Amino acid sequence: MTKLSMPKIDRKLLSKKVEVIANLKKIIKADNILDHEDQTRPFETDALSAYKQKPLVVVFPENTKEVSKILTYCNKERIKVVPRGAGTGLSGGALPLEDCILLCLSKFNKIINVDFKNRCVIAQPGVTNLSITQAVEDRGFYYAPDPSSQIACSIGGNVAENSGGVHSLKYGTTTNNLLGVEVVFMDGTISRLGGKTYDSEGYDLLGLITGSEGLLCVITEVTVKILKKPQTVKAALIGFSTIEDGGKCVSEIIANGIIPSGMEMMDKALIHATDNFVKAGYPRNAESMLIVELDGTEKEVEELIHRVSKIAKKNKSSSIKISKNEKQRLKFWAGRKAAFPACGDMAPDYYCMDGTIPRGKLAEVLKEIQRLSKKYNLPVANAFHAGDGNLHPLIMYDANEKNSLEKTEKFGAEILKYCVKVGGVLTGEHGVGVEKRELMCEMFNNNDIQQQIKIKKALDVSSLLNPGKVYPILRKCAEEGRVHVHRGKTKFPDIPRF
Amino acid sequence: MSIEEKQNSPTYQDSNLIEYPQNEREVSSFIKKFYKSNIPVELVGSGSKKNIGKPLQCAKTLNLSKLNGIIEYLPEELYIKVKAGTPIQKIEEELKKNNQQLAFEPINFGYLLNEKSDYGTAGGQVACNISGPRRFKVGSVRDHVLGFRGVNGRGEIIKSGGVVVKNVTGYDLSKLMCGSYGTLVALTEITFKVLPAPEEIKTLIIHNQKIESGLSYLDKSINSSNDISGAIFLPNEPIVTGCVMNIEDTFKLNDLKRDGSLTSIRIEGSKNSINQRIENLIKELQIENLNISILETHQSEIFWNKVKSLEFFSSSKNSILRIVIPPSESVNLIYQLSNKFKYYLDWGGALMWMEAFELSEEMFESIRRKVVRLGGYVTMIKNSDYLPYVEDVFTINKDRFYISQNIKKSFDPKRILNPGKMYTGI
Repeated sequence: MTKLSMPKIDRKLLSKKVEVIANLKKIIKADNILDHEDQTRPFETDALSAYKQKPLVVVFPENTKEVSKILTYCNKERIKVVPRGAGTGLSGGALPLEDCILLCLSKFNKIINVDFKNRCVIAQPGVTNLSITQAVEDRGFYYAPDPSSQIACSIGGNVAENSGGVHSLKYGTTTNNLLGVEVVFMDGTISRLGGKTYDSEGYDLLGLITGSEGLLCVITEVTVKILKKPQTVKAALIGFSTIEDGGKCVSEIIANGIIPSGMEMMDKALIHATDNFVKAGYPRNAESMLIVELDGTEKEVEELIHRVSKIAKKNKSSSIKISKNEKQRLKFWAGRKAAFPACGDMAPDYYCMDGTIPRGKLAEVLKEIQRLSKKYNLPVANAFHAGDGNLHPLIMYDANEKNSLEKTEKFGAEILKYCVKVGGVLTGEHGVGVEKRELMCEMFNNNDIQQQIKIKKALDVSSLLNPGKVYPILRKCAEEGRVHVHRGKTKFPDIPRF
Repeated sequence: MSIEEKQNSPTYQDSNLIEYPQNEREVSSFIKKFYKSNIPVELVGSGSKKNIGKPLQCAKTLNLSKLNGIIEYLPEELYIKVKAGTPIQKIEEELKKNNQQLAFEPINFGYLLNEKSDYGTAGGQVACNISGPRRFKVGSVRDHVLGFRGVNGRGEIIKSGGVVVKNVTGYDLSKLMCGSYGTLVALTEITFKVLPAPEEIKTLIIHNQKIESGLSYLDKSINSSNDISGAIFLPNEPIVTGCVMNIEDTFKLNDLKRDGSLTSIRIEGSKNSINQRIENLIKELQIENLNISILETHQSEIFWNKVKSLEFFSSSKNSILRIVIPPSESVNLIYQLSNKFKYYLDWGGALMWMEAFELSEEMFESIRRKVVRLGGYVTMIKNSDYLPYVEDVFTINKDRFYISQNIKKSFDPKRILNPGKMYTGI
């Protein structure tokens, strides 16, 4: 495991563990507190399992008042708090600290209100993403953002990370589908931001906390917008004999004024891996493959499928398959949705990256990834949300081999740096967490980062809520106000940046 | 030297009070200077929405209209990066060449505030975050800003976001800029998400409905799979002395019958798709036997342009209010206001524009209490001679005020950018 710098441990607090637990017992039921090593072990990591750390204690509040009391107590006693939803995050955003209270929202698991009149659902944050759709689908509605972990990930976590999914290009990410939240700030203040209206007046605090990775507040209730399902949905499976052709096809579809509800791209390695895994009927001889999903009225979808096929042919597609029915459409997706487990089948470990780039740079970035794959001698399979330029290169490695994780992380960092170089960003939907925090200086200069840290301090004066995440921490720690970026170069270029 | 020549000259000031920075660096050095000497400054683009919010008493004005121009427009990447002072009209003209648009429908306050069409600048649209009729489908301005650059109250140049739609790198400060009325940052550069413009537009209008049935039709249309992009109810009553809003005078279109209120539904897309959806809607709403009008693309464009330009109120001298409420509460609110005001409903009932004759501050506050009870908020968009000033233009509660004050301090610790424009103390 690579060494991770985290905020200074409060040794005094560790020695006061018994006292802390006694105080917590005054706030919540004793059953809702876990402190024995064996009990806290399951919470030592999230889905970025390369990093592990057991917290001082794990608490499971049952209502907003309890959350408020816990935060008030921690704020007063200067105890760090790490909030946790379902723990499916891929950037280590819920990684505990040795001296923290891990605040689990899993008991907040109820849908409070389904309001068809205002086309919204009010849910507690621990409710899974998929159960929101399940609660409204009998009336033909659904909740649009669909991260691939939707069966397990919680809606509160979705808000904290601003989760996306395969339909973001047309239907937006969490932030575009969120109407309101109830939150608790570090000083214990309970606040409602937004509600059932479109937009709120004043500063868009709802927009600010969405994607703030648990650094600004703890989410205790969520109101999301629901949409009526489209009449018809069809998918086209298009194979290409080169990656460039696939990339060009993506750009041309968009340039022709078509906004597919989903447009996914996979490279040969992943086509094979996923097709072996679920027998999705993918074109196995293709170098790249697109799944283009179109929705709307029947006539509209027919028309769009026709136009997309024409564009694909123009870009030298090697095969085109159109879904004949819903079963086949879901089969097309089954492969894509199994991309991660399929990689798990190919190598003992894999590391998933998450940069976003302008669509037109797809082929260029993919080539660079292949070059880096040779340089590091690590195989990589590529899945892209091509419609919105979000890349998920999956680097395969064996954690048992010495230094392999370090090597993999360096490889990943080079990919992300390249994404920024071509005009993209470090993370499209997985968040910065601990994973990419030292790369923030690639995208932002000192002023940018300081402004963000000032906002953090405006809402959490002593930086107790989820510290050590998102902002660089190496040496002269940014939390204390100094990130040295000189002409785009960091002060200590020789220090491993993960 | 003509005024224009003077303004283009780098050394020109039309008085000691107004500065015209030519670029971001100059904006930064001006604000640094003001920061050092504690000078409050009013930020202005083209001034089209200057009168929204509380009047300012600032020693200096920074006019940002010289930050004008399109920096980068990549149609296939669906974004346009502009300097913040770029007129919206210029941006839309450029987008039109590639059959694209700003899907949030920039609002035109020109008629309302200055009696002529004026969409203002990119920065102004972002600062106000007020969007047109398509809001309920595609989101508001805040959902279409991908990134920005600007200068905070310390004079530091800062940026956030990027040019891509999927981005969670750091806090999403672009959202915070939207609706902040220039109280956090002097915007210098904005990247908007752009979308394809529809090939055709049709408008289905059901005539002479009462508010209850009209809204019920809008509600059913939004809840259908027909993907509608406009849903407004334009009543012909009440008739209120002293008010100018008159739907029959505003809309004179060949295919629009004259028969009472207008329940109007917009459908956009390709020709085949639109026709199919209109047919579906007529069947699903069971309105075959009602008096309906259908407007084709050209007339639809005129119709919806008049809506987003608030032309109903163009010569009004009355107070104009904007009320946002949960859609299910609009009928209730209308009942509670008991026919005293002229109004129309947009966003399927979730947005109400209101013209109020001889509105007193007490009445305004009473409306606000009703709206807040129903889960919404109200903004005084235009003052009247009768009520030239209200203490609280915007709606806020204690909690949010406290948080907002802290956010303000983090950007502008000395409160020099548009101080008091939104709330006293922010």
